[in-house]
Amino acid sequence: MLKIKNLHANIEGKEILKGIDLEINPGEVHAIMGPNGSGKSTLSSVIAGREEYEMTEGEIIFENEDLAELDPEERAHKGVFLSFQYPVEIPGVSVTNFMKTAINAHRKANGLEDMPANEMLKLIREKSELLEIDRKFLSRSLNEGFSGGEKKRNEIFQMAMLEPKLSILDETDSGLDIDALKIVSNGVNKLRSEKNAVLVITHYQRLLNYIVPDVVHVLIDGKIVKTGGKELAYELEERGYDWIKQEKAV
Amino acid sequence: MELKDKLVSSFLAFDEQYQVDDDVQQIRSQAIKDFETFGFPSKKEEAWKYTSLKSALKHDYSIFPKKEDAIEYSQIKKYLIHDIDTYDLVFIDGIYSSHLSTTTHDKIDVCLMSSALNKDKYKPVIDNYFNKLAPKNGLNALNTAFTKEGAYIHIHKNIMADKPIQIINFSTGNESSLLLQPRNLVVVDENSHVQIIERHQSLTDHPVLTNSVTEIFADRRAIVDYYKIQNDKETSSLIDNTFIEQKDESNCSVHTFSLGGNLTRNNLNFYQRGERIDSTMKGVTIIEGKQHVDHNTLVHHIYPNCESHQDYKGIFSDKSVGVFNGKVVVEKEAQKTNAYQSNNNILVDDKATINSKPQLEIFADDVRCSHGCTIGQLDEDALFYLQSRGIPHKEARGLLMYAFANNVLESVKIPEIKKRINNLIAEKLGVELGFNL
Ligand SMILES: Nc1ncnc2c1ncn2[C@@H]1O[C@H](COP(=O)(O)OP(=O)(O)OP(=O)(O)O)[C@@H](O)[C@H]1O
Ligand SMILES: [Mg+2]
Repeated sequence: MLKIKNLHANIEGKEILKGIDLEINPGEVHAIMGPNGSGKSTLSSVIAGREEYEMTEGEIIFENEDLAELDPEERAHKGVFLSFQYPVEIPGVSVTNFMKTAINAHRKANGLEDMPANEMLKLIREKSELLEIDRKFLSRSLNEGFSGGEKKRNEIFQMAMLEPKLSILDETDSGLDIDALKIVSNGVNKLRSEKNAVLVITHYQRLLNYIVPDVVHVLIDGKIVKTGGKELAYELEERGYDWIKQEKAV
Repeated sequence: MELKDKLVSSFLAFDEQYQVDDDVQQIRSQAIKDFETFGFPSKKEEAWKYTSLKSALKHDYSIFPKKEDAIEYSQIKKYLIHDIDTYDLVFIDGIYSSHLSTTTHDKIDVCLMSSALNKDKYKPVIDNYFNKLAPKNGLNALNTAFTKEGAYIHIHKNIMADKPIQIINFSTGNESSLLLQPRNLVVVDENSHVQIIERHQSLTDHPVLTNSVTEIFADRRAIVDYYKIQNDKETSSLIDNTFIEQKDESNCSVHTFSLGGNLTRNNLNFYQRGERIDSTMKGVTIIEGKQHVDHNTLVHHIYPNCESHQDYKGIFSDKSVGVFNGKVVVEKEAQKTNAYQSNNNILVDDKATINSKPQLEIFADDVRCSHGCTIGQLDEDALFYLQSRGIPHKEARGLLMYAFANNVLESVKIPEIKKRINNLIAEKLGVELGFNL
């Protein structure tokens, strides 16, 4: 589904990603862990198409198509979804209206008519129940004044609405309380299928108890330096990153 | 000949042709002298520092259009709020069009300035209110000197006008270029309520300059909601001079939607002459090309316990220019004043400009006054966020701009106006939105 080869990316002339290789197949869950500032959010932004980042080398192939030339919205239409580490507040646009606009933009890109209002309401109700989101939230301005946890839950609500093929969850667990973590993970798991894949970025093994990864990668200083099974996450939790850095230096 | 000289030298003929009551005639004659003294404002004046009338004054305007053009309702329908019942005062090239208008004298007077200026019945009101509020300056004097037509609205005591009133000035292009000077008087007696919609619209690309004066008097506990829709052609310029006097516990609001025109200058003054008054001024400006919109506001707080709220938002594309000059004066006696002013702007292109200048003159000590001005670009993070959800770049920009301007519409009390403005704004921003905010 996703094939990243030798990806290098700069921001403001500074190289952040220094040759990333990553392959994710349909049905798989991959986790990326790594120290602060190692480039995890950069990688997710580059996949989602943020223009500030300059791809200097390599390629990102999604469903046999090169993403490099596509705008962020085109990538979204193809099924790429990024749950932001820091969701942006958008005053003046309610969650509901935003969702309607987004859903209909997807439909338009796929040559479909706007979704009828009653269908839309039904979908919104269904997905907000899945994530146990209070109706009152839906009429509030998008993310404005939402608590950290509410923002993250709202991200997964959007994911549930859009049903992407590839979901990148950038530290979705941070800010969530224990109950919310279960609800959100449950929401993510419900959406999993043979056909879609999830890339989870996290600092904590705990999330991976709920969203169980097939593969765990360690990203340090812009490179994936180690890849393993889910047991690698336990090891990292216990031992930190220094041993890997040393292992690599040897 | 310069426009000023042309105007001065044509006054006598005008005065002869459009006869009015002696007292008003006196006022007109004095006004032309004042205009001769003051002339048009120049950029040397502080209040006109950022706005030059040059582009608007360069044409050889006809001052007295000759004949009424036969305009059909179908030609102008789209410029009217037609999905609700309204009283309409329609002027074509400055001349009242009876077949397009709906007037009334049933409990409220919605009629013509030209008849009010001539009939004895209206004399007490004219004597009391006409030209009592507009400060003496070149533009007001010019309008006063050439007073002949406009809207005359009088809501008698304890009456709630049963429908909104539209004042619409069309220009047809019958003249190669036209100067229009509507003169409106709105008197709202104690405990009364009125909603007014005003629009100036050119039907061709012939240059038009409108210098309009509107005086509004809101007596005790009166409520006045005034909506100005400015969405004219790029060949039209508008100088709107609106003055409002408020008495105890009255509540007046003016919403100005400036969405198009060559040059638009809004002089909007509120004079609070009573206690516990509420004055609201809101504006949305969305312009492009070389358009220029200048909001020059004044709130004069004279008595204690009053409030004023100003909220102006602007979105400027291309080389367009915005000016916001908001003056709030709080006199020494005006304790417990609550004056709020905000002016937020988005510059879409590098070449667009906004000059925003709040002026607070506060002489009382126990007051709450706040003002804020922001100038920014669209938030890149927000844009990326929307795009990452599949909303195309152009639509995402539109949505953000729309959201930015949106809260100004919240206080619009006529739903049809809200809907209309919503659509106009969406159209201006070139976005098709699947919903109304
Ligand atoms: N706009 C920018 N300008 C300059 N440097 C940037 C910019 N964005 C990111 N960086 C730098 O790139 C590096 C990688 O940042 P990134 O956000 O990808 O890290 P991360 O692995 O997601 O960290 P965290 O675990 O703290 O979220 C950091 O050193 C960061 O300071
Ligand atoms: Mg990060």
